Amino acid sequence: MNIYALVKRTFDTEERIAVSNGKIVEDGAEFIINPYDEYAIEEAIQVRDEHGGEVTVITIGDEEAEKQLRTALAMGADKAVLINTEDDLDEMDEFTAAKIIAEYLKDKNADLILAGNVAIDGGSGQVGPRVAELLGINYVTTITNLEIEGTSVKIIRDVEGDSETIETSLPLLVTAQQGLNEPRYPSLPGIMKAKKKPLDELELDDLDLDEDDVEAKTETIEIYLPPQKAAGRVLEGDLSHQVKELVDLLNKEAKVL
Amino acid sequence: MSKKVVVLGEAREGALRNVSFEAIAAAKTVAGGGEIVGLLFGDAVQSLGEEMIKHGADRVITVEHPHLKHYTSDGFGQAFMAVYDQEKPDAIVFGHTALGKDLSPKIASKLASGLISDVTAIDGEGDDAVFIRPIFSGKAFEKVKNKDGLLFITVRPNNIEPLAKDDSRSGDVSSVSVDITNLRSVISEVVRKSTEGVDLSEAKVVIAGGRGVKSAEGFAPLEELANLLGGAVGASRGACDADYCDYSLQIGQTGKVVTPDLYIAAGISGAIQHMAGMSNSKVIVAINKDPEANIFKVADYGIVGDLFEVIPMMIEEIKKVKTN
Repeated sequence: MNIYALVKRTFDTEERIAVSNGKIVEDGAEFIINPYDEYAIEEAIQVRDEHGGEVTVITIGDEEAEKQLRTALAMGADKAVLINTEDDLDEMDEFTAAKIIAEYLKDKNADLILAGNVAIDGGSGQVGPRVAELLGINYVTTITNLEIEGTSVKIIRDVEGDSETIETSLPLLVTAQQGLNEPRYPSLPGIMKAKKKPLDELELDDLDLDEDDVEAKTETIEIYLPPQKAAGRVLEGDLSHQVKELVDLLNKEAKVL
Repeated sequence: MSKKVVVLGEAREGALRNVSFEAIAAAKTVAGGGEIVGLLFGDAVQSLGEEMIKHGADRVITVEHPHLKHYTSDGFGQAFMAVYDQEKPDAIVFGHTALGKDLSPKIASKLASGLISDVTAIDGEGDDAVFIRPIFSGKAFEKVKNKDGLLFITVRPNNIEPLAKDDSRSGDVSSVSVDITNLRSVISEVVRKSTEGVDLSEAKVVIAGGRGVKSAEGFAPLEELANLLGGAVGASRGACDADYCDYSLQIGQTGKVVTPDLYIAAGISGAIQHMAGMSNSKVIVAINKDPEANIFKVADYGIVGDLFEVIPMMIEEIKKVKTN
């Protein structure tokens, strides 16, 4: 089976976000594979181990993203592709990213494409479904279980807490929700092997794309931090008194009861 | 320039979701006086059209088909494109719900348009509208504008104030017949896990438990309080990892992001990943035995104490207030 996983390099979830001149400060920050994409990679590896085939991980970014691709290879992916847009694009949006990835995938005859259901930085969850639509294949988002038999696929997806069982078929794009699996940590032999696995680097030119073809449709004009909350009140006195006071405050001051 | 805006309304258990009215309010802001056209897709939605008009839509178009009883991206995609081709709107507004998140990128891709997802506020109006959306799960915000062409946004539930319902408004509710064919996904089963029908992401009150809840049974008082307040129960990652509850309840950077009017964190220490999912709530109450817990830093009101003592007392106290 020909399997692809879409990966994004993101800030570590532990990072505090700093903003300077309307932009995120990246200096000194730790970067990781977007946590939802880790579920996608893990599932891709499990599907390959059960059904055979090959897992290719793809990312868009600059050469810094090589580190996250090597991690995916160390987890067990077979090949990696970095589409390096550093020299070509100053800004991109979800339209841009989806167009580039779909252009890369259009002649690859992918059976199964996996992605995270959302990236924890931008948080729009658009790129997966957009890619599927551009490729003309079906997609299912926020999946928590995947069973494949031949070309038949049975999926359980999370819909705002409820779960839906879906029957569909390959080729297919799915996006991973938490609970799909428990992503493995790269093993030491895995890390050693990953160094020798193929990692291709492409630019827009290699995909016959112009900057104009992928020009963003939306524009971020400013990034800012939410206003700091004033320190709250920790109530005092004996517990029953505190609870009375709390309920009174919620009722009369905050007016939320 | 005024814009014609289409708004996709969404029904849940036979009634329109609040986010549909919030989406109409957002549409009004960007329309610059243009027409607001509500859309409803389903197997029996005709009767809901009037509700959209009373909340600000000028007219409503429904597409009814047995294949639209359950949402699928193919079915709703076909219905939407048929109406789109007929109406040629300048802007589209969906709710940022499970349905909206799933369908909007497909439509945006078909129309080769931008899509500004998960909008929580709009600065300015008409052609000058700039959209505010959280990034890094609410640790920061970005202001985004649409370049040329079709404007397409999804609005996060609970953030944009709906217009007041006006019973005197009237408008045309018409139906369009669309042949819905070739659905590639078939839904064979739906299992409802959410409590009492209150959706976590839309709830006005969220009672969330952490490791301090200690067991699955420990969630019982939280559920009782949630039911009393018409709210939903959530959880921290710690509680989910410990198997006290389902991952569908998880609030945080991975998991759901919620912005209720009242968020009560019980036995939650307040890891940065959890705070990313709830710190924009309007009023936050923290209940924790550890006075040094991080959660107190974002709480408006805090009680240092055992949640198993505090929550039952709160339930009694709130019942007293409610009966007065």
